[in-house]
Amino acid sequence: MSTTDWPLWEVFVRSRRGLSHTHAGSLHAPDAELALRNARDLYTRRGEGVSIWVVPAAAITASSPDEKDPFFEPAADKPYRHPTFYDIPEGVKHL
Amino acid sequence: MATPAAQRTARTEADGTPDTVGTTAYQRAFDAAVAADERVEPRDWMPDAYRATLVRQIAQHAHSEIIGMQPEANWITRAPSLRRKAILMAKVQDEAGHGLYLYSAAETLGTSREELLDKLHSGRQKYSSIFNYPTLTWADVGAIGWLVDGAAITNQVPLCRCSYGPYARAMVRICKEESFHQRQGYELLLALSKGTTEQHAMAQDAVNRWWWPSLMMFGPPDDASQHSAQSMEWKIKRHSNDELRQRFVDICVPQAESLDLTLPDPDLRWNEERGHYDFGPIDWTEFWEVLKGNGPCNEQRITQRRRAHDEGAWVREAAAAYAAKHTGHTDGTRTTGHQTAHETEAERA
Repeated sequence: MSTTDWPLWEVFVRSRRGLSHTHAGSLHAPDAELALRNARDLYTRRGEGVSIWVVPAAAITASSPDEKDPFFEPAADKPYRHPTFYDIPEGVKHL
Repeated sequence: MATPAAQRTARTEADGTPDTVGTTAYQRAFDAAVAADERVEPRDWMPDAYRATLVRQIAQHAHSEIIGMQPEANWITRAPSLRRKAILMAKVQDEAGHGLYLYSAAETLGTSREELLDKLHSGRQKYSSIFNYPTLTWADVGAIGWLVDGAAITNQVPLCRCSYGPYARAMVRICKEESFHQRQGYELLLALSKGTTEQHAMAQDAVNRWWWPSLMMFGPPDDASQHSAQSMEWKIKRHSNDELRQRFVDICVPQAESLDLTLPDPDLRWNEERGHYDFGPIDWTEFWEVLKGNGPCNEQRITQRRRAHDEGAWVREAAAAYAAKHTGHTDGTRTTGHQTAHETEAERA
């Protein structure tokens, strides 16, 4: 059995408490336990993390880059979702 | 993850347009993204030649990191102090890490880890020729850190802005870590240079041997570099070989003075008019010979790499067998003693 038979894992690292986990990279490992250990050695050699998630890359469903425009379009024509859309008289405070 | 080929097919089908028309539209979108300094991401359409160029370059880069562990590991057991030994081990471990970041980046382009390793082992993909030179003395560890890693940093900093996202991200991480490599080498040489006459001579000898091969690391002169122009156009490369080489020389001259060591080039002198140091001609015959496999250590490096891979086979097999035994019929994501991400998320909610 060769290395490539090991599945690919995506690694997410929380750099410190109070922040969410952020994608750090990926690696190959035979199981979740070793994926975690490898991730520790590979992505936190200098104290970059206090918590790690490893996720089988095959378990991730991604939006397609080709559908990017229609997929995200509904958000583009709703400027009223932003606070700057509204005219507020000068001098009105705490708004 | 869908393979690039599968993506291309799916795209054409979804498009409902003939392939050529589709490709042209994709080419335009790609050109526009590169022109606008946007990043190309793994699932985006990209020209086949762009993909092939990136695989070649990233693979060469990854292989260099892995092969580069050998000349330095050669000195771990003979490091002169525990401090130096711990530093050298950390550095060699970093090189392994850099190789892994880069293999991952290459894999996003549709190649596999096994294919990459096969091509390294069979000589179909190259690694940097610099690692085909031997590390004859302890001072070589310092010269590699200062000059070889210094040249690598000069090359790599612009790659942090490379048009291909995963490569650029790997380079950001690598550049942060390389800085320690260069400084430990400089400090090591400084200690030798300030030491006994013999130690100073050892440091000077190492610099004499590593200087010219380090200048060759930037690749052939611009007019003889077959891939340069296209790579610059694609914004994989941001500066020409000669430009980066000059930058490196300009940085090194004052650093050598501070080390109280000389660089082995009688033609090296400040050129007021150019605002740069002039330097002597590089022996490109040597460069091409080493590249062809006739360097002092080509055979040794690749033999050692193959042996390490073969001798590690039982570890990979044992890990796979253990995983199979414990996952059984599940999907390979057995619950461990650690919380799963899901549990953690729930707990946080």
